[in-house]
Amino acid sequence: MLNNQVSKQTTKRDARSARPVPFPWRNWIGVIPFFIFVFLFILLPSITLLTGAFRDNAGKLTLSNFVGLLDPSIINAYWVTIKISLASAVGGGVLGFLMAYAVTIGKLPTSVRNTLMTFSGVASNFAGVPLAFAFIATLGRTGLVTVLLKNILGLNLYDQGFSLYSFWGLTLTYMYFQFPLMVLVITSALDGLKNEWSEAAENLGAGKSLYWRKVALPILMPSILGSMILLFGNAFGAYATAYSLTGGFINLITIVIGSQIKGDVLYNPGLGYALAVGMIIVMAAMMAIYYSLRRRSERWLRL
Amino acid sequence: MDFLSLTNLSKTFGAATAVEDFNLDVEKGEFVSLLGPSGCGKTTTLRMIAGFELPSTGKITVDGEDITNQPPNQRNVGMVFQSYALFPNLTIGQNIGFGLEVRKMPKPDIQKRTLEMLELVHLEKHINKYPYQLSGGQQQRIALARALAISPRVLLLDEPLSALDAKIRVELRLEIRRIQQTMAITTIYVTHDQEEALSLSDRVVVMSQGHIEQIGAPTDIYNDPSTEFVAQFVGQLNMIPVTEVDLRKGTCILAGQRVKFEPSPNQIISSEPRLAIRPEELHLGTGEGRNALQGRVESVQFLGSVVRLRVHVDSAIFSADLFNERRITLPRAGDEVVISFPEQSCWLI
Ligand SMILES: Nc1ncnc2c1ncn2[C@@H]1O[C@H](COP(=O)(O)OP(=O)(O)OP(=O)(O)O)[C@@H](O)[C@H]1O
Ligand SMILES: [Mg+2]
Repeated sequence: MLNNQVSKQTTKRDARSARPVPFPWRNWIGVIPFFIFVFLFILLPSITLLTGAFRDNAGKLTLSNFVGLLDPSIINAYWVTIKISLASAVGGGVLGFLMAYAVTIGKLPTSVRNTLMTFSGVASNFAGVPLAFAFIATLGRTGLVTVLLKNILGLNLYDQGFSLYSFWGLTLTYMYFQFPLMVLVITSALDGLKNEWSEAAENLGAGKSLYWRKVALPILMPSILGSMILLFGNAFGAYATAYSLTGGFINLITIVIGSQIKGDVLYNPGLGYALAVGMIIVMAAMMAIYYSLRRRSERWLRL
Repeated sequence: MDFLSLTNLSKTFGAATAVEDFNLDVEKGEFVSLLGPSGCGKTTTLRMIAGFELPSTGKITVDGEDITNQPPNQRNVGMVFQSYALFPNLTIGQNIGFGLEVRKMPKPDIQKRTLEMLELVHLEKHINKYPYQLSGGQQQRIALARALAISPRVLLLDEPLSALDAKIRVELRLEIRRIQQTMAITTIYVTHDQEEALSLSDRVVVMSQGHIEQIGAPTDIYNDPSTEFVAQFVGQLNMIPVTEVDLRKGTCILAGQRVKFEPSPNQIISSEPRLAIRPEELHLGTGEGRNALQGRVESVQFLGSVVRLRVHVDSAIFSADLFNERRITLPRAGDEVVISFPEQSCWLI
């Protein structure tokens, strides 16, 4: 605290004695596109969304759109979406964590690390139609892997109850971009674990598991929670992958919204807006849980 | 009976040898420093004792027990790291209690021991703070308390003060010595700071390029360096080329002037003999039975308690340290001076 004040004072004094900046407004030019972007694509749509959610097709104020949210099929859609998002976030999170662990603390050669990081950078952005097609081509009913397993091992995945177009199939497909995202965000946190911490723990008599339980995991927890919320949001808002993979077999909330605002038989933009507001509420609830967990996990951090 | 013994210890990393044929016996309660330039293998040696590196050859015993291949978490050897290595997610109290909790000590006993340790390092007030809330010096005290809490058989410190500023460094090193003596704990202290090594230790091990150059009490290391490396590395040293060396009579010629030293008929010297003398042995003016040399002052450097002169004697340059006195009149650059030293203060290399 004291240090902080001292350094603040010094920077102030330095700033004053430094050569005055001739046009301070210049520094703002760089961020103007950002503000325009925020206004056009975040603020305006949010306003449309919020006002639209309270209007019926004729433009009159109403709460009926929100009443519509209570429809069992819609509640079910929220629930399925949350479940898929959680499952793929946890699955991708664990897998990504283990991979990041292997290339950081596991001390695999740098070449492996570089390969994994590059792959993750690409794969974490690989979603939508191409991803769906790739999975159909490998794990679809007549996909390469499905056929190979059937012909070589005599194992018919689809007879065993697996289907790419089901809950678990979609979760598996989502994992493809979930775990690389986890790798990208957790690697730097793992790099931040100091070797001396584990050595100090060992020196004091602790085994590896005790060190992880008492020191490493608590230190990583804020980062892990942060990554998980990111992964959850990533899956929660996904649309194209699910749509192109299952067509609409799976009742995801984004797909329901799409059908309401895109104009087919069900056309009801007001309900679509209300559904979107519902998503925002779910995401906000997740964020609230995240913040409370995070606050508890980082009591020891400088805030 | 030696308490800690390192026998023929060596460590290679691939083709590089970090430590070579290291032999050291440490008595119980003794404070031994490993002193040497960067990369000479001090840390590697310490890490072998702690168990973080396995020796390529050789043996380590503590109290008669061979611990060469024992895992680090079973050695009961305390280590203090240069970077403190306190667990940032645990309070000061929890940090100190960590090793005791591992040992499944009952809670009230842990608490008692933690308080004892905090008292030892005078930081009782801070028990519930987190490491980041303490200064570097305080953090290192906590690290020391944490290492000592488990009553280790040996205490290892790897440059524990080098991240701290000068004043704290001196303060804390006195503290370390005090605690080490009250607990009578066998201690190995790694440093590249000779003042630290000399002021703290019962014995100093001077290392260079993975091997031991000399082991001895601080005064031996400083006053009787057994190799040229030690003479040069520990303290300042003038090394002036001389000719016509007569080891039996103890005479030689330096810059055309005759200089006497203690005869050492059996000494083997190099083909380019040099006279070695510490800067603080040189005085201005002559005296009874002293070697005296005529020279000219090149520069005067005022360092506070000491004034360092550079004096040209013909083509040779001497560095001479004078104690400052309040009413001292210092020579100025360009002044002609006589510098002198007793014959027993210099030696040939
Ligand atoms: N894990 C390692 N792999 C390869 N070489 C190593 C390793 N650890 C140390 N070395 C090498 O061994 C030699 C001795 O290193 P060490 O860290 O023991 O030196 P040091 O005396 O502690 O130096 P410093 O004062 O800089 O800490 C160095 O040349 C170093 O490069
Ligand atoms: Mg070192």
